[in-house]
Amino acid sequence: MARIEIDGKTYEVEAGKTLIEITDAHGIEIPRFCYHKKLSVAASCRMCLVDVANAPKPLPACATPVWDGMKIQTRSPRAINAQKAVMEFLLINHPLDCPICDQGGECELQDVAVAYGKDRTRFIEEKRIVIDKNIGALISTAFTRCIHCTRCVRFGEEIAGVKELGATQRGDHMRIDTYMTDTVNSELSGNVIDLCPVGALTAKPSRFAARPWELHTAHGIAPHDAFGSHLEFHIRRNQVMRVVPRENVALNEVWLSDRDRFSYQGLYAQDRLTAPMIKKDGQWQTVDWESALLFAAEGLKKIPAKQLGGLASATATVEELYLLQKLLRGLGSNNIDHRLQQVDFSEKTTKAPFLNQRPADLAQADVVLLVCANLRKQQPLLNHRLRQAVLHNHAEVIRINVYDYPQNFPVSHNLTVAPHQLVATLAGIAKALDEAQPAFKNIEISEQQRAIAACLQKNNKKIKVLLGEAADNLPQLASIRTLTALIAKLTFATFSETGRYANSAGAILAGALPQQTLAGQAISGETGLNAQQMLSQSLQAYVLLGFEPELDSIMGATALQTLQNAPFVVAINGFCTEAMQGYANVLLPMALFAETSGTYVNNSGDWQRFTAAVAPVGSARPAWKILRVLANLLDVHDFAYTASDEILNEVKMLCETSAQTVEDSTWVLSAPQALCYLTEPAIYAGDALVRRATALQATADAQACHGAHVNQRTADKLRLSAGQQVKLSQNGGSAILPLVIDAALADDCVLVYTGLAESAGLAHDVGTIDLTAA
Amino acid sequence: MANQVCFKFKQHNQAESWTLAAYQALGGYKVIKKILNEKIAPETLIAELKTSALRGRGGAGFSTGLKWSFMLPRDEAARERMKGVQKYIVCNSDEGEPGTCKDRDILRYNPHALIEGMMIAGYTIGASKGYNYIRGEFWQPYQRFETAIAEAYKAGLLGENILNTGFDFDLYTHLGAGAYICGEETALLESIEGKKGQPRFKPPFPASYGLYGQPTTINNTETLSSVPSILANSGEWFLNLGKPNNGGEKLFSVSGHVERPANYEIPMGTPFADLLNMAGGVWQGRKLKAVIPGGSSTPVLKAEIAMKMNMDYDSIAAAGSMLGAGSVIIMDDSTDMVKTLARLAHFYYDESCGQCTPCREGTGWLTRILHRILHGEGRPEDLELLDNVSNQIMGNTICALGDAAAMPVISFIKNFREEFQYYIEHGRSMVG
Ligand SMILES: Cc1cc2nc3c(=O)[nH]c(=O)nc-3n(C[C@H](O)[C@H](O)[C@H](O)COP(=O)(O)O)c2cc1C
Ligand code: SF4
Ligand code: FES
Repeated sequence: MARIEIDGKTYEVEAGKTLIEITDAHGIEIPRFCYHKKLSVAASCRMCLVDVANAPKPLPACATPVWDGMKIQTRSPRAINAQKAVMEFLLINHPLDCPICDQGGECELQDVAVAYGKDRTRFIEEKRIVIDKNIGALISTAFTRCIHCTRCVRFGEEIAGVKELGATQRGDHMRIDTYMTDTVNSELSGNVIDLCPVGALTAKPSRFAARPWELHTAHGIAPHDAFGSHLEFHIRRNQVMRVVPRENVALNEVWLSDRDRFSYQGLYAQDRLTAPMIKKDGQWQTVDWESALLFAAEGLKKIPAKQLGGLASATATVEELYLLQKLLRGLGSNNIDHRLQQVDFSEKTTKAPFLNQRPADLAQADVVLLVCANLRKQQPLLNHRLRQAVLHNHAEVIRINVYDYPQNFPVSHNLTVAPHQLVATLAGIAKALDEAQPAFKNIEISEQQRAIAACLQKNNKKIKVLLGEAADNLPQLASIRTLTALIAKLTFATFSETGRYANSAGAILAGALPQQTLAGQAISGETGLNAQQMLSQSLQAYVLLGFEPELDSIMGATALQTLQNAPFVVAINGFCTEAMQGYANVLLPMALFAETSGTYVNNSGDWQRFTAAVAPVGSARPAWKILRVLANLLDVHDFAYTASDEILNEVKMLCETSAQTVEDSTWVLSAPQALCYLTEPAIYAGDALVRRATALQATADAQACHGAHVNQRTADKLRLSAGQQVKLSQNGGSAILPLVIDAALADDCVLVYTGLAESAGLAHDVGTIDLTAA
Repeated sequence: MANQVCFKFKQHNQAESWTLAAYQALGGYKVIKKILNEKIAPETLIAELKTSALRGRGGAGFSTGLKWSFMLPRDEAARERMKGVQKYIVCNSDEGEPGTCKDRDILRYNPHALIEGMMIAGYTIGASKGYNYIRGEFWQPYQRFETAIAEAYKAGLLGENILNTGFDFDLYTHLGAGAYICGEETALLESIEGKKGQPRFKPPFPASYGLYGQPTTINNTETLSSVPSILANSGEWFLNLGKPNNGGEKLFSVSGHVERPANYEIPMGTPFADLLNMAGGVWQGRKLKAVIPGGSSTPVLKAEIAMKMNMDYDSIAAAGSMLGAGSVIIMDDSTDMVKTLARLAHFYYDESCGQCTPCREGTGWLTRILHRILHGEGRPEDLELLDNVSNQIMGNTICALGDAAAMPVISFIKNFREEFQYYIEHGRSMVG
C-alpha cells in the first residue's frame, strides 16, 4: 500500500499501480489520448502530464507508478501549462472541420479541446495533409485527422495478434499505414474504430449516416457465435445505425468481433419479409395476420401428428425454441430439431455445449488441447482469451483439426488430418495416456501422439481440453466427442465444448430435439425424427423457424428438395426468398435480432436476456407471439403467455431443478474415403442475418470462403489446377466452382463452405463426392 | 599536458596505433588481465571510478561509477535473484550530434582501449555480452573496430574463459542506419533489437529493463575508453588531471571557423581561450562572434562570455550552457545567426522520431516559423512565439531530443535577438 496525495486529498492506494489507474478509479479527471486500459502504455501523446512534487518535469500519469508519499497536482499551473501545450500541438496540424467529420460529437480530441484548447490558433503555416488509403470494407480512413496515439497499432500487436497497421516514417511524416497487406483483415478489426480517439478510423458501413447526438442506445446480446458478447445498439428513428461493444469484464471486455459488429446490416436487407403472406392457388398474396395464422392453423390441423416436423435455427431464442417444441409436442409430434449442421446422430443423448469454466479461466491455462476448433474465426473473443494464455502464461497449445486454420499465436503441436484419421489420432493419444484399456487393443501410437500425451500429463498444471464447433459437421462426431472427453478425463483436464451458434446451448436446454425435451428430460412416446431424417424424406407438413434449408442445412440441395415435396410448409422467417416462395405455403414475418426480446445461453452457461431495441420492420412480430397464437388456434394447452419472461421462467425453473442423465457413448474407427468431403459454414454466411450483411461479404475472410478447396497434392492427383472450374457431384446434388489450392487441408480432402448460394446445389451426401474438371 | 587518456598514443607518435601490438606496447590489456587474475571485487572498481569523477561523455555527464553501481545487487536476496540473469554492456558510438567527431577517432585510432573498457565494464556489472552500436556512416571506424575485435578474439582476449580466468565476454558491433535518434540510449536498444528506433519511456530504466528486457548499462565510447587508463593509474590520478567533480582529460571536437578544426584531448578546466588557441584561433583573422560549447543542442554563448569560461561541466554550466559531448562550434562575425538557427532547427525536425506530440509537432512548427523569417515573411510576434513553442516542448517529451531542439532556439533568440528582429523588419540578414 502507498499513501499518496492528489490535489490535496489523501488516498490509500496499491503501490506500483500507475497514477492514471488510481485517478480513474477515483473519478479524478486526467485528459489522455494514447492511454487505453486494455493496451500497453505508450506514454507518447503527453496529454496526461501532471505535476509531481520534487520531479524535475511534469510526469505522464499513464506511465508513472505511484510511490508512498507521492504528491500529485493535476491542475496546478505546471500541470495545466503542460496539458495546454500538448493540446495546442495536437491541434496545429489537425483539421478543425468537425462539422464534416464523422467523429464529430463523439471525438475525444474535440472533448478535450473544449477544456484545454485555445479558441484561436497561433499556427499560420500550412497544415499537414496525409493521403487516405482504402483499407477494406469495414473501416474508413481520414489519416489527416490522425493524432498518432498508436492505439490502433498496439491493438493489432496485442489483441488482434496481427500487425496490420503500423506507424511508418518518422517525425511529422509519421503516419499510420498498412505494411504487410493493403487491407486490414483481422476478424476483430472493427475495434480500432472504437479505439481511435478522433475521426481517422471510422465505421465504413455507417459513415455519415447519423450524428451521435441523434442516436439513442439500447443493450443487446451478440447473435452469432456462442461466446455471447454484450453489445450496444445505436439507434435513430427506430433504425439500428450501428453496433458497438458494451463493456463486460467476464466476457468480451471492451471488444467485439466484426461479425457481431456489422451483421446488423442484415436487418435492412432488400428481402426482409414485412407482412404475412399465403399461397392460394399457386399465387402469393399479402394478407393480414389473422388470415395468415388461420390459414396456417387450418393447414396444420389436417396433418397426422407423425407427419408434422419442426425445424429451427440455433440463432432463435430459448423462448422461441421452447415454444416451437412445445407446440409440436402438444400436437403429438416429437419431430423437432435444430442441429442443421450435423450428420452424425448416433449419440442417444445430447448435452448442451459448455466451456465448464469462465473465459478468464482459459486465459490462465498451461496446456490446451484444441480439437476441431477454429476459435480464431468462429469465436474470436474466446480465442483472444486463449491467446492471452499463450502470451502471458506461456501456455502450450496442441491443435488437432481437419483444417489448419491460420492462428495468431504459436502452437506446439499442430496436426491436420482427414476426418477418418481424426478418430485414430485421438484414440492413439488416449491409448498413450492409458495403455491398459482393452478398447485400444488394436490402436497404434505414433511418436507424435505420445509426445502430445506427455504434454497433457503434467502435474499441477491447468490442462484444458476443448472440443470445437467443427466437429459438428463431421460424420465421426460421436467418436470424436467420446475420445476427446476421455482424453480430458485421463488428464484431469477441464473439458469444454464451444458450440457454434449464439444459442447452441439454449436450443438443447429448451428441448428442441427429437429424443429429449426441456432440460434434457426424456420424452413421452416414440423418439421423433432428427433434422437429417426430416430433411431427407418429406413429411406432410413442416413448421420452420428462421430456417433457410439450402443455406442453413448441411444437406443443402437435398433439404430444399425435401421441403419442396412437402404439401404444407409454414415458414416463420425474417426474410422472403424465391426458394421460400417455392416450398412454403404461409410466410410469417418474424422480428429479428434487435427487434425481439428473448434469451440466449452462451457457452459460459450465462442465460443472457435481452429486450427489443427497436420495433420490428413492417408488421413483423416476435416469433414467440406467432407461436403462441398458432398454438391457441390449434387448441394446444398451456399457451397463455403474455410476456416472454413468463416463458423463460418456465424453462429456467426446470433447467435449474432437474439433472440430465447422459448415456455413455462409444467410438469406432472409420474407414478411409477416396475423397473426403468437408464443409464449414462460411465465416460471414453462417446464418440468415450475417449472410445479408453486405460490408462483411466484401472482406478478405469472406472472399477466402469461395470455391472448392484442395491441397496441391490432391489437385495433382486429380489433374486439376488452381482457378479451373470444377464439378463436384454427389448423390442428390452438384455444383460448379473454381478450384482453390489450399495448403491448410490434409490430403484427399475437399472443402466447400456452406451458407453461400454458390454451394447450395450440393447435398452433402457424406458417402461420396466426385471432383472432376467442369 | 594533453593526450593522457583516449589519445595516449599521440604522445608516442605511434604508427598504426589501432593495432593490438601498438596498444599492448603502451600497456594495453594489462588492467583487465590484472582484474581477472586477481578477481578484484566490482565494488572496488566502482569505488575507483567514483573517485575519478569520470562523468558520461555522451552528453548528460552522469557519474559513470554511480551508473555501474545500479547493476550490482543491493543485497543477498537480490544477488540470489540475479544469478544467471543475462546482462549487457552497450557502447554508444552513434555520435550523431552535429559538431562531435571524437568517438570516430577513438574507433579509428584506439579501438582496443574501447574493447578493454567494455571488458572491464562487463566484468564489473556482470555482463558476458557487449554490443557496440556504431553510427551508420562510420564505415572506416566500423572496419577498424571489427578488425580489433577479431584480433582480440585471436589473442584469447574475447570469448569464453578468457585467459583461463573463467570470465566470458563476447563483443558484437551493430551498424546503425543514419538516425540521430538512435543515439538516445533506449532508441539505440530498440534499434539493436531490430525495431524502429524510438526512445522508450523511463521508468523502467535500462539497468532493470534494457536490451531484450535484460539489465543493461549504456555508456559512450569515450567514457568506456577512458576506463583502462583510470584503472591503470588510479582514480585519484584521473581526478587530478582535471578538477573536483570534473575529473580527467576530455576530448573536445573543435569545428567551425577556426584554422585547425580537430579533436583535442585536454584537461578539464582548461580555459576556452587556450583551446581556441590550440585550434589556431578564429580563421582568416576574423573576430569571434559566438560559441556552441557542447554540440548543436547546447545553448549558444556570446563571444565575451565564452572567452571567460573554462572547459569543464561546472564552468560551462555557470556560463549558461552545457559541456554536452564536448563539441565546440566556433562562429566568426560573418555568421548569420538566423540562418544558423534555421539550419539547426531543421536538423532536429528531421530527426524527431515522431512518437511524442510536443517534439513531433513542435519541431515542425519551429522550423516552419524560422523558414518564414528567413524568407522575409517574419512577423513581430514570431519571436515570442518561437520562445513559447520551445518552452512548450522543453521537459514535456519522452526523450531529450525535444529539449535538444528547444534549447538552441531559446538561446539564439535570447543572445542575438537584434539579428532576428532585423530579419523580420528588413526581410534580410543583418550580417552581409
Ligand atoms: C537525441 C539524443 C541523442 C543522443 N545521441 C548520443 C550519441 O550519439 N552518442 C552518445 O554517446 N550519447 C548520445 N546521447 C546520450 C545517450 O542517451 C546516453 O545518455 C549516453 O550514451 C550515456 O553514456 P554516458 O553516460 O557514458 O555519457 C543522446 C541522447 C539524446 C537524447
Ligand atoms: S522527444 Fe522526439 S525523438 Fe524523443 S521520443 Fe519524443 S518524438 Fe521521439
Ligand atoms: S495518455 Fe499518458 S502520454 Fe498519452
